[in-house]
Amino acid sequence: MTTETATRAQPVPSRHSLTRPRSEQGRAATGFLAPFLALYLLFIIGPALYGLLMSFFDTSLVKPGLSAFAGIDNYVEALSSTAFWSSLWHTIWFTILTTPPLILLAFVLALLADRVKTGRWFFRLAFFAPYILPSAVVALIWMWIYTPELGLLTVTLQKMGITAPVWLGDPAWAMPSLAITTLWWTLGFNFVLYLAGLQDIPRELYEASAIDGAGPWQQIRTITIPMLGRTTTLVAVLQVIASLKVFDQMYIMTSGGPNFATRSILEYVYDEGFTNYRVGYAAAISTLFFLVVLAVSAVWFTLVRGQEKEV
Amino acid sequence: MVAVDTVAPPRAAAALSAVAHHDWRMKLFNRICAGVLIAFALVWLIPLAWALDTALKPNAETTRTTWLIENPTVDAFVRALRDTDMLSWYGASFITSTLTAVGTVVTGSLAAYALSRMRFRYRNVVFWFVLAGIMIPGQVLIVPQFREFDAVGWLNTYWAVIFPQVPTAVAVFIFKQFFDGLPRDLEEAARVDGAGFFRIYRQVIMPLARPAVAAVAIFTFVHTWNNLLWPLLVLTNPDLMTVPVGLATVQGAFGIRYADTMAMAILGALPLVAVFLLFQRNIVEGIAGTGLKG
Repeated sequence: MTTETATRAQPVPSRHSLTRPRSEQGRAATGFLAPFLALYLLFIIGPALYGLLMSFFDTSLVKPGLSAFAGIDNYVEALSSTAFWSSLWHTIWFTILTTPPLILLAFVLALLADRVKTGRWFFRLAFFAPYILPSAVVALIWMWIYTPELGLLTVTLQKMGITAPVWLGDPAWAMPSLAITTLWWTLGFNFVLYLAGLQDIPRELYEASAIDGAGPWQQIRTITIPMLGRTTTLVAVLQVIASLKVFDQMYIMTSGGPNFATRSILEYVYDEGFTNYRVGYAAAISTLFFLVVLAVSAVWFTLVRGQEKEV
Repeated sequence: MVAVDTVAPPRAAAALSAVAHHDWRMKLFNRICAGVLIAFALVWLIPLAWALDTALKPNAETTRTTWLIENPTVDAFVRALRDTDMLSWYGASFITSTLTAVGTVVTGSLAAYALSRMRFRYRNVVFWFVLAGIMIPGQVLIVPQFREFDAVGWLNTYWAVIFPQVPTAVAVFIFKQFFDGLPRDLEEAARVDGAGFFRIYRQVIMPLARPAVAAVAIFTFVHTWNNLLWPLLVLTNPDLMTVPVGLATVQGAFGIRYADTMAMAILGALPLVAVFLLFQRNIVEGIAGTGLKG
């Protein structure tokens, strides 16, 4: 091919331009991008802008059109309502309960699995299989495990001489119960990410430090943890965002109860928009929630930038 | 290991004995690691094992809370398949998940190919515009999307489930990264032969991009299958419900028939367990390579 170009004495094509005139590429690009962009505009960007617009109106689910202009009333109402703040707090409380164990345990288990040479498939199956199950399946199984008096967890604890709480029925225990279920359900995702991160660490580093007399603990402290810095940032941010978006577990297992103790922000949106028909107000809550997620992403971006500079 | 002769300098000998010492310590350490790991893995399997154990009992026997099954039976599964809409939920989930996965792969890879290989005006603008979509969680769009589908009369149709889940910014991003890493020689050869962009995309690029196609397709399929919130809003007709919506809707109706409930849960899990066993490697590599979630 190179010889052909050379004999024809043409300029060597630039790596990107594919040697076709720009206008032709422009037309082809339009065709290639059109299907995605059309759906993207219609079903993502359009609704996003419409939702933002709606949040400034008294829009109702059961009436067509936007209804009366409300200015910033929806936002003022949300920010001064206890229901908004308590559901935001429940969401954050859930995030606090789930994020540290989901990161730490995944890290420790991946570390252990990385040292075990045989039977990896078994650990992957045990930890990761729950992650791909539908939330409804997970919820049904755990509601049975949490059942007062009959549930496996309650009975097992009883046999050990411990009086179990009523789990989902106790306002103080309902959220930790949902957190335990979520830990079981989604741990495998972080486990797999950490396992991949561990496999990227060059073996020579360990060999060199072993010759220098470093024991396993020292190796973990001085090699593994620093080398996994980026993986941890990624795991942490994905975990925080996933936890903030919690809805399914509450919706099925507690319906946000008992006494609204587990109503998350998304469930509040659902209640206001689809039970009370106040979609304008629900759109305002969605926008506020979006800003929280955006803030988390911004923190991540800053952290990654910092880590890249260090390297 | 390294051979040592008798005149080895003292430092090297010391290092070697240190290695031997470590070998022994490492072995013990690895044993303990394996033990702890196996213990955790077994704990992790308990809920699924318990669900299966319960489902194999008659309903009356489930209240005794023991692993022992006195009268094992598959009646609960038979009832779940016969008396509920389980089979129709399977159909709904399968149709919506498959069409969404196909749609996401086709539209995403086409767009990514243009962004990776073509020079045109506003290319960067388009790229950043698509990238911005990664920042928008689908859940914040449920209210306006619902109004949109309500306005065009598409509620209680599969289109309402499929369309909002097809345009996935992450998919474009994954395909673009993959295409950027492909060597261009084959394309150049095809172009010399007079192939147009579309033919190159279909006959050269897509066959090479199989790992990316597999990752995006499997993930989209699983996500669509498992999605609860959106189908719950747009599918209120029991005949159209997907597996998660159906399970969430009937869960209260079973009361204390725990064997029946667990049989439903296991049947709901089965297709995804199959997907997992078939595509374990693609799924795990897909996560490791891209870190996609939710």
